[in-house]
Amino acid sequence: MVIYGVALLSGCLIAGLFCGQLLGRLIGVQANVGGVGIAMLLLILVSDRLRKAGRLKPVSQRGIVFWSSIYIPVVVAMAASQNVVSAIEGGPVALLAGALAVGLGFALVPVISRLGGPRASGQAPEDGP
Amino acid sequence: MEVVDLLGGVLARNGLVTAFAFVGLTVWVSYFLSNRLARGRVHGSALAILLGLVLAYVGGVFTGGDHGLADFEVLAGVGLLGGAMLRDLAIVATAFGVDLGELRKAGSGAVVGLLAGVLGSFVVGAAVAWAFGYTDPVSMTTIGAGAATYIVGPVTGTALGAASDVVALSIAAGLVKSMLVMTITPFVAHAIGLDNPRSAMIYGGLMGTTSGVAGGLAATDERLVPYGAMTATFYTGLGCLLGPSLMFVTIRALFG
Repeated sequence: MVIYGVALLSGCLIAGLFCGQLLGRLIGVQANVGGVGIAMLLLILVSDRLRKAGRLKPVSQRGIVFWSSIYIPVVVAMAASQNVVSAIEGGPVALLAGALAVGLGFALVPVISRLGGPRASGQAPEDGP
Repeated sequence: MEVVDLLGGVLARNGLVTAFAFVGLTVWVSYFLSNRLARGRVHGSALAILLGLVLAYVGGVFTGGDHGLADFEVLAGVGLLGGAMLRDLAIVATAFGVDLGELRKAGSGAVVGLLAGVLGSFVVGAAVAWAFGYTDPVSMTTIGAGAATYIVGPVTGTALGAASDVVALSIAAGLVKSMLVMTITPFVAHAIGLDNPRSAMIYGGLMGTTSGVAGGLAATDERLVPYGAMTATFYTGLGCLLGPSLMFVTIRALFG
């Protein structure tokens, strides 16, 4: 049933957020430390197990796939409810700090991709949009 | 205008449903523009996010509130749909079907990317703050934290007792970063080799803004979203941890 997939997804998120909150408390930070990341790892591990054991039927998977495919609209809704006015009125300090941090990040992607690890940069690009 | 009032009431009482319809319409318009005007060169989802930000600006100007479009009573549901709860649920769902082998391959590169991303953003943000006359260590650290993400900024600022205008600036810096990452990523993806899971994880760790990374990757190649989002979700935690501690102590030692 579809609800099984949604329930599995929700359970993973709750468990991950709980671990993140716990982790934050342990290090003394008022923040959720990696909760969503932990939840993603949980979902990958648990759903992989269940699928291999034949316990996660395609119908149940639809409950997870729906939320995955509604992701872009959720991001659009998030963008539409940000305080964009203050970002623009925040002055050149905010603009410059944000823009330079982005520039640095983009510049470092190929540098760090080349550092260590397997040579992944030689891969041919797939059928991207 | 009783009919308009009636309609407004129905929309407001069914906020989340209204949001689904409204966002669906927004996405449809964006894909239409992408196909017709840009001939597909600008991905529809990138245009949709940009349109979302423009609408948020319009909402902010008209209502004077902090939540963009969601401050219109009839569109309050947009805030719920785009809020942390459903956003996290959708982010986690994108991990479904991820190949664990690819995750292990990222390994050290992802960790190096995370550290370089957090520390680099702090240094850049603090330097800009200093150049504009915010020379006290608390303000420099807070604006530096904002250059990390708009969540790390206020968390760090609150922990250090920064002035409220400085905290607002740090949020603005993080928002600018998020907006830029969302919209620029599809244009530079090819040049920086952002076409495989490993570089997506490094990119996620370097940029850190979960919304920006996920939005940018969605517009580049949807299959890369979970990889980038995964490292990006650890970034805010790392930033909140290092900001009020290591970064502040270092900046205070140098400029205090």
